[in-house]
Amino acid sequence: MGPVGENIPRTDGPAKVTGDALYVDDIRPAGCLYGATVRAKIAHGKLLGITKDPDFDWTDITVVTAEDIPGKNVVYLMTEDQPALVSEIIRHVTEPIALVAAPTRDRALEAAKHIQVETESLPAILDPAVAEGHTTKIFGEDNVFKRITIEKGDIAQDGEVIEGTYRVGHQEQLYIEPQGMLAVPRENGGLTIIGSMQCPFYIDKALASMLPDVDMNVVQATTGGGFGGKEEYPSMIAAHASLLALKTGKPVKLIYRRDEDLRCTTKRHPCTVKIRSMVDSNGKLTMWDAHILVDGGAYNTLTPVVLSRAVLHMTGPYACPNVRLDGVAVATHTPPNGAFRGFGAPQAMFAAERHMDRIARTLGIDPVRFRRMNILRDGDSTATGQVLTDTGAETVLDRCLSAAQSTMPPSQIHPGGGTGKYRRGQGLALVFHGCGFTGNGEAWLKGKVGMVLDGRCVRILTSSTELGQGTETTFCQIAAQELGIDVHRVTVDPHDTEKVPDSGPTVASRTCMVVGGVVQKAARALRAALQAETGSVADFDVLLQSRVSEAELRVQVEYVDDGSMDWDDATYQGDAYPTYGWSACLVDLDVDLDTGEVLYRRFVSATDVGKAIHPVIVEGQIEGGSLQGLGYATREEVVLDAHGCMRNDRLTNYIIPTALDSPEMVTEIVEIPYKGGPFGAKGIGEIPMDGPAPAVAQAIECAVGVVLDQLPMTPERVITAMENQ
Amino acid sequence: MIKFIINGSEVEVDSAPMTRLLDVIREDLRLTGSKEGCGEGECGACTVLIDGMAANSCLIPVAQAQDAEVITVEGLAQDHRLAPIQQAFIDHGAAQCGICTPGFLVTASAFLVDNPHPTRQEVREALAGNLCRCTGYQKIIDAVQDSLSEPGRTRE
Amino acid sequence: MKTSSAPVHSAKDLDEALALRHAHPDATILAGGTDVMVFLEAGAIDPSRIINLWGCDGLRGIREDEETGGVRIGAMSTWTDLIRHAAIPEVLQECGRTVGAAQIQNRGTVGGNIVNASPAGDSLPLWLALDAEFEVASIAGSRRIAAVDFWKDYRQVDLRPDELLIAVHIQPNYTDHLHYRKVGTRMALAISKVILGGRLRIEDGIVTQARVALGSVAPVPLRLPSVEAALVGKPIDAGAADHVAQDIQPIDDVRSTSGYRTGVATRIVRSWLERCK
Repeated sequence: MGPVGENIPRTDGPAKVTGDALYVDDIRPAGCLYGATVRAKIAHGKLLGITKDPDFDWTDITVVTAEDIPGKNVVYLMTEDQPALVSEIIRHVTEPIALVAAPTRDRALEAAKHIQVETESLPAILDPAVAEGHTTKIFGEDNVFKRITIEKGDIAQDGEVIEGTYRVGHQEQLYIEPQGMLAVPRENGGLTIIGSMQCPFYIDKALASMLPDVDMNVVQATTGGGFGGKEEYPSMIAAHASLLALKTGKPVKLIYRRDEDLRCTTKRHPCTVKIRSMVDSNGKLTMWDAHILVDGGAYNTLTPVVLSRAVLHMTGPYACPNVRLDGVAVATHTPPNGAFRGFGAPQAMFAAERHMDRIARTLGIDPVRFRRMNILRDGDSTATGQVLTDTGAETVLDRCLSAAQSTMPPSQIHPGGGTGKYRRGQGLALVFHGCGFTGNGEAWLKGKVGMVLDGRCVRILTSSTELGQGTETTFCQIAAQELGIDVHRVTVDPHDTEKVPDSGPTVASRTCMVVGGVVQKAARALRAALQAETGSVADFDVLLQSRVSEAELRVQVEYVDDGSMDWDDATYQGDAYPTYGWSACLVDLDVDLDTGEVLYRRFVSATDVGKAIHPVIVEGQIEGGSLQGLGYATREEVVLDAHGCMRNDRLTNYIIPTALDSPEMVTEIVEIPYKGGPFGAKGIGEIPMDGPAPAVAQAIECAVGVVLDQLPMTPERVITAMENQ
Repeated sequence: MIKFIINGSEVEVDSAPMTRLLDVIREDLRLTGSKEGCGEGECGACTVLIDGMAANSCLIPVAQAQDAEVITVEGLAQDHRLAPIQQAFIDHGAAQCGICTPGFLVTASAFLVDNPHPTRQEVREALAGNLCRCTGYQKIIDAVQDSLSEPGRTRE
Repeated sequence: MKTSSAPVHSAKDLDEALALRHAHPDATILAGGTDVMVFLEAGAIDPSRIINLWGCDGLRGIREDEETGGVRIGAMSTWTDLIRHAAIPEVLQECGRTVGAAQIQNRGTVGGNIVNASPAGDSLPLWLALDAEFEVASIAGSRRIAAVDFWKDYRQVDLRPDELLIAVHIQPNYTDHLHYRKVGTRMALAISKVILGGRLRIEDGIVTQARVALGSVAPVPLRLPSVEAALVGKPIDAGAADHVAQDIQPIDDVRSTSGYRTGVATRIVRSWLERCK
């Protein structure tokens, strides 16, 4: 026995239920100033000048512009294209131009309104379909961030082609805690950055060339949700807070208001996918030719990696001998898009699943039976030629269907009554999700974990952050199990870049599977160190008792690639991921015939997680991610104005589900252990995002017979489709 | 000067009368458990009880708190013992990132006074003014339904 | 600025409220704050000129007249007050439950909703359907205005600068067919896209009174004269819904489209009439 597999109380629970947990805006150093940002109002243009309104009282206000930047005017992630503040050219609406600091929030906002920015507009490209090769340059020579092509077999086959086009829009992460940073000058020089973030070391690296002579440590405050939205954007806010703190010599807090957060921060990449396919007379896929166009916005951020994951998931969990997967990510004069749970896979698999439905519909085959005929099985190879073992598609499909049958009778699922005229529908989707970084990403990263024996307690040192997904608890369980000690003796140290090693970013469904594995390795190393010190081989606590020294014992280990993956990054061939998660989901819904509203009644899922280190945490991830997918399906739309600026920049107009909009959920955990993960665990953070939207599309089709291939499937679009039938 | 009772203690504040109660609570009284998620009454993260009724403190000017009894998340635990609803949230894993949790706990506390054994649909309606992005609401509803229940009792 | 050290004028009783209104005709009336505080955050309201009615008990209270069956609803009644009061018709309680969510219902007032006069005001079409009368008062006296005469143009109401709305009067007839439907952006915390308030009186199988009122489809909430005319004087004819489009002027906005609103309005009127048959 041990804590792994047990639903121990979350380690972060008590502080969160008492209100004691400190998020960045709860932290208030003495003398703290407040920052605000002046932003571009046009999509593309020249910055001609910045002036302070002479009729405003500037005595307690500090202003920062690009001229105040000591190093390179760059917030670095993968490339050096994105400035911290505009110096000459504006490339998207809301782009930061100047910063102010003031003694109060209201003063800062007032001051920002009195900074006058003179600009000259230039023609802007807002449509990704015309961006590639356009004479107006946004990025590089051809406005292309990245191109990827994967080929297997030969797509030139004889036969009837079924083709379809699928479109998905932006989606906002909508963490309930808006973004924010606090930059505090240190007594010994340099800065401490405290804030809402996923990746402390990203901020550290992002600001290195901008502030080359500023020593800094970055500390994660309790963070109120991220979902990818706090992967890279926090670096921009940290850059701004830092510049203000350096100029004023005082702590500066920059907390985004919700409308600002909605307008200005990164979103899920909108995509258009075109798929052409063929099947043989038995209904087996023989050809799959898919192309994806990804809109990256004005700067590179991590768009090439989103493209990569999207392309690698464009077949869905299906086997096909002749495949071409082709993708291009382009620049537009819109706010840059970034990471959001799923990271290209939800977009790709919406298209793949809708296309499977299209084929099934054309051939008159039941869509579930058609899927079963084509799923990847052990020994099949993916588009990159990865031969799969321990596949879980059929297992999760069967488990989902049987769970759907065994819970809740139809009359309870569809309560009826009320003022609506409803038609019932049920839909299913089947997805897979590569766990962790693509290819040799981990080998290159070498994520590190430290561990300290502190008296009778063990402290874990890692940069992998708790965002609500249960990382802190899970790591304690893994370490405690490995050491054979009570889980209450294990804690995770605060994530301060000065004090913990770089375990890699908290993204990509890698934290439990990869970093958790390094935690396990660190525990082994700690035990080994204790054995070496005491000169004996015994259980951890026995060794501890026999220990003479009271000094701290410290180890640090890093991820070491076991060489089992064979991946060619240049040709995109080989083992794309160390393992895959599998999930099937089923949604019961009602479509209101008068309004086109989709009412979710029940959501059933079966997800292979390898090993559920903490089943309740795993369920929580699946349930939360699934509801984000259900919101993506029918309600969450980013409406842009003529400058590419989000018009519905209020929670009242960007619609996420309330408790009355969300269905009862039945969550089945399937465990097909992954040998490379701690106790068999795989990544599960993102896969719940992949299935709901296509399942909903199939259910709407079932209910009212309309085929929708665009997200979101708003009531307006459902009604229009019904009217056009 | 505006005088009111917060979490059982009398306070007097010198704030401008139209200052948001949320800001008075967080900045002047240094009770940071109530959170700002949107500033316009659309997320419930700032929910407090005022004279026993759940309300968004970002929409209450402090002038309207005159002589009122206000309860924030910090006032739910009694004598260092968690309230049943807080314990239920821990037991059910209903808090993930935790930013929405104080608002939910406060809303649920008031609701359960009137309806200690609610159906799931009743819980959904009562909590509809509190947004959560992490949990899908499932375990929050489990926790609220369960918090005052007798052991072993199942409910629809 | 969003704050001012200037005092807020708080009324403790009706006389004080009216006196304050007379003394400060350009002040913003602060009821439950659910609209005013949003406008204040946006910088659209002067925080130094506020009359606060929250503590004014003379403006609260829901009373049923035993003899006439009329119900008088104090303007400062919250939606929660209505939801919990036995004298309030069920359809009006249903309406209250669609306003925002519990936290908003606990503070938002009937008077605030009516005087704020948003084209999307959740309760406004229902007051039209119920033939509500609004009691407004000043220090000079009081008068009653029929709901149908109150909303004159976009956010403009029949209220003189020194007047306050002090109560709403309804005369519910429990044999009438009453209906409320709000179609919003989601099931709670929703701004409406279309709102329907309806009432039919049917005597001997013939419609003798028809009130079909919609919100969010014009600058003001309004009754649909063509639909009502097509209903009165005969058995219920769901085809009267075909006249909905001609009486409304919905717009495209950030939440929805004119075409959607027209289609939905037509369909929900038709479905209601079909159900009444």
